[in-house]
Amino acid sequence: MTTQKPTATRPTDTGPLPVRGPGPVPVTLTVNGAEHRVDIEPRVSLLSALRDSLLLTGAKRGCDQGTCGACTVHVEGRRVLACLTLAIACEGRPITTVEGLADGDELHPMQREFIACDAFQCGYCTPGQIMSAVALLDEGHASDDDEIREWMSGNLCRCATYPHITAAIRAVRDTTSDPS
Amino acid sequence: MTATAPTPVIGRPLPRVDGRPKTTGTARYSADVSLPGLTHAVLVGAAIARGRITAIDAADALDAPGVLAVLTHENLPRVTAQPPLLPSLAGGPSPGQTFCPMQDDRIHYAGQHIAVVVADTYERALYAARLVHVRYREEDPVAVLDQGRDQAYVPEKIFGGLLPGRSARGDVEAGLERAEVRVEATYTFAPNHQNPLETSSTTAMWEGGRLFLHDATQGPAATQHTVSVMLGIPHADIRVYSHYVGGSFGAKASTWDHPLLAALAARHVGRPVRLALTREQMFTSCGHREEQEHRIALGADRDGRLTALRHHKLSLTSHFDDWAETSLEAPAQVYACPAHEGVYRLVRGNTMTPTFMRCPGEGSGMFALESALDELATRLDIDPLELRLRNHADRDPASGKPWSSHGLRECYERGAERIGWDRRVAGRPEREGPWTIGLGMASAVYPIVPPSNPQRARARIYADGSAVAQAATAEFGTGAATAMAQVLADALGLPVERCRFEGGDTDLPNVASTVGSTGAAMVGSAVHLAAVALRDQLIGRAVADERSPLHGADPGAVVPVDGRMALRDDPGTGESYAELLTRHFQPDAEAYGSFGPPQGEPPAAMITLGAHFVEVAVDGELGRVRVRRMAGAFAPGRVLNARTAKGQLMSGMLWGMSQALLEATHMDAATGRWANPSLGDYLIPVHADTPEVTVDLIETADHVVNPLGVKGVGEIGQSGTAAAIANAIHHATGRRIRKLPMTVEDTL
Ligand code: FES
Ligand code: FES
Repeated sequence: MTTQKPTATRPTDTGPLPVRGPGPVPVTLTVNGAEHRVDIEPRVSLLSALRDSLLLTGAKRGCDQGTCGACTVHVEGRRVLACLTLAIACEGRPITTVEGLADGDELHPMQREFIACDAFQCGYCTPGQIMSAVALLDEGHASDDDEIREWMSGNLCRCATYPHITAAIRAVRDTTSDPS
Repeated sequence: MTATAPTPVIGRPLPRVDGRPKTTGTARYSADVSLPGLTHAVLVGAAIARGRITAIDAADALDAPGVLAVLTHENLPRVTAQPPLLPSLAGGPSPGQTFCPMQDDRIHYAGQHIAVVVADTYERALYAARLVHVRYREEDPVAVLDQGRDQAYVPEKIFGGLLPGRSARGDVEAGLERAEVRVEATYTFAPNHQNPLETSSTTAMWEGGRLFLHDATQGPAATQHTVSVMLGIPHADIRVYSHYVGGSFGAKASTWDHPLLAALAARHVGRPVRLALTREQMFTSCGHREEQEHRIALGADRDGRLTALRHHKLSLTSHFDDWAETSLEAPAQVYACPAHEGVYRLVRGNTMTPTFMRCPGEGSGMFALESALDELATRLDIDPLELRLRNHADRDPASGKPWSSHGLRECYERGAERIGWDRRVAGRPEREGPWTIGLGMASAVYPIVPPSNPQRARARIYADGSAVAQAATAEFGTGAATAMAQVLADALGLPVERCRFEGGDTDLPNVASTVGSTGAAMVGSAVHLAAVALRDQLIGRAVADERSPLHGADPGAVVPVDGRMALRDDPGTGESYAELLTRHFQPDAEAYGSFGPPQGEPPAAMITLGAHFVEVAVDGELGRVRVRRMAGAFAPGRVLNARTAKGQLMSGMLWGMSQALLEATHMDAATGRWANPSLGDYLIPVHADTPEVTVDLIETADHVVNPLGVKGVGEIGQSGTAAAIANAIHHATGRRIRKLPMTVEDTL
């Protein structure tokens, strides 16, 4: 599994931890550079918060069990499975979703190459694949096709467009000096 | 001067038109739709496979925060009527099975939907679903073939009554009798689940007595018709949207009960409801490829020429429907074999009615046939490719008719060259450390089904010279929207950037579900005919118009090129569509096209063919199998978009690899429950499993299949693939594996 979860930070003071929940509580999320306040139960996953509260439905629910990668987003620049991450644990950590990759109308190089390489069919895995692929280059896990394939293996594509996804990642690696 | 024929847009490998929405996360799938007051429904499935519900207690669930309703068989309204089972290609109501859950207390299969919980958030509904307490009286299920073998029967018809349970041509007994060599073998298949990455989802809303469904389906009209009959409300009062579908592979080809339950739940709570199945529920809510075994007996003379082929299949179906995937028909047409007998035998068990799964039938039938042929080749010491060439079918052995187009020889040639088949002919398998390298091949076949009713589309051109074609088809990854824009562009002589396709809405002209690799042919033909009708309408208008430079011209001498209508022999004389429309104060013009059904008997037999060549490496010590290279060559008639077509074929081939080596849903015979209902336990290929795949397109001209000469590419990539891999494993190891999937236990 290639996905990392954010490490927990402990409160520095020694006072009692505030009790939040189990009902809805205000949670502040920073998504694609904007702050949002949502009222959610602490059990709500980051995936649900993005999709149902913020209506950012780019991240997809393919399993809700951490097995498919369709929900992959970035938290503090690292790829995480949003279905296995509690939204409340992401307060104060910048989140990037596929909706935040492009610069206005200007697509991110990875989005461009996915289109150029025909790296999707139904498109359902695509947001997750793209978020994983962008992080993969940042991680330096794209030295050759085998390494790309290994480190992308947490993102399933049932349409089996894998060879084209590898080609897209290779193309971005080879054409951009600053892949992020 | 004569106008140079414009280079056709059809065939060009243009990038998909939906690239931007799909890569930016703005494409809205059925569970992405947000509506004011949206609520969330979660299903509860039966924990037993057979028996009765003796008590169902929803009090705790109803008490949980945010819960709006719990529906069970005790309070769900009864359905008005149950439509018969009919594949959605037929265009009408097409339930996946003729059993509708939650009508009484009987349980027929594990996971059968027994309650719907509706709450204001997804988490609350999910949580409350676990608070519905159910007591059962359990009976022993029949869940695998071995538990019901003695009960097997030959159904009169299968497949929604469309195909006979038994078919024969020639004298199979005599053919086997006079054969100089006979191969008899049994091939077994694990059940499989389609598992599109998007789980089946419906968002339902009622407004003014009308029902609006956003449904993940291969056929929006199938959902509309099925739900309409079951709810007893007019078809005209239901509108189904299906703009983006996250894959289907057969899971969404028929209409299962969840759209109906979503509609009923929405009516009950008086708010929109989103019902998205969980991944686990995808194993018990939309059918599967059934457990099956095939017995083949084939006879041949010493030169390998087939004298007879007997192909019997035994498979598990539900208690309500005689369903078997159609494994025996197309394989019976590949080779020039004078005698053939196909028999389906069924065992009724405690499962859902099985259903379509990519390459439904041919995927299993061709594994059996192409493995058996390889066994014959080994027996006769004939090269497997040579054996197939000796049995090449110059005409359709089933009907005796000539082929509308063929291309199989060319596919063999191209594929053999790609993989380096000479190496295999030349000697023993190569070795690399612990790995032994094997080469295998197989033919691929997929049937062509003509439309059973008119397939319609509408083409509209605006006064600014932009155009749109519309039909109620869904886009689930086939690239239909891209290819249809190309078809429209060619017929109207417009630049493709000015053309757009719109589908995914039952208010658009009706087409059947996109199933059985028919989408490109059926929707494409309808769009083509609509665009041609529109062009002819405008040309007719121009030649009749005194103010047009084309006035008085023979309409047959006017051609569309670059957004203009011009004389073929004098391209300088003509005018643009825009000029004509503007002069007549017309903001737009439109026309319909209707394709099929065929009138009378077609003059030729229609089929799609191809060939697979694969290279595998087998680790003799650990039994690992690695597919290294797959080379497929296919003859799908005319190709609308070379890029998307190749993509479909590549995917199909990888599906074949997956069927060969990975996919199995394991049934726990004692409890009747699937043992591995998750994407962690039901194995499908990941990036790291992917070999080098090459796809060659052999284009063949076909003037019979449809006006565009298009066959289909959605499934043939998977037909025969698993056999090619099994044959390569046999080449490498000498071991003949007659079961799917082939796993380490088989190769060790
Ligand atoms: S939805 Fe998160 S991994 Fe599948
Ligand atoms: S494009 Fe359909 S799952 Fe990847």
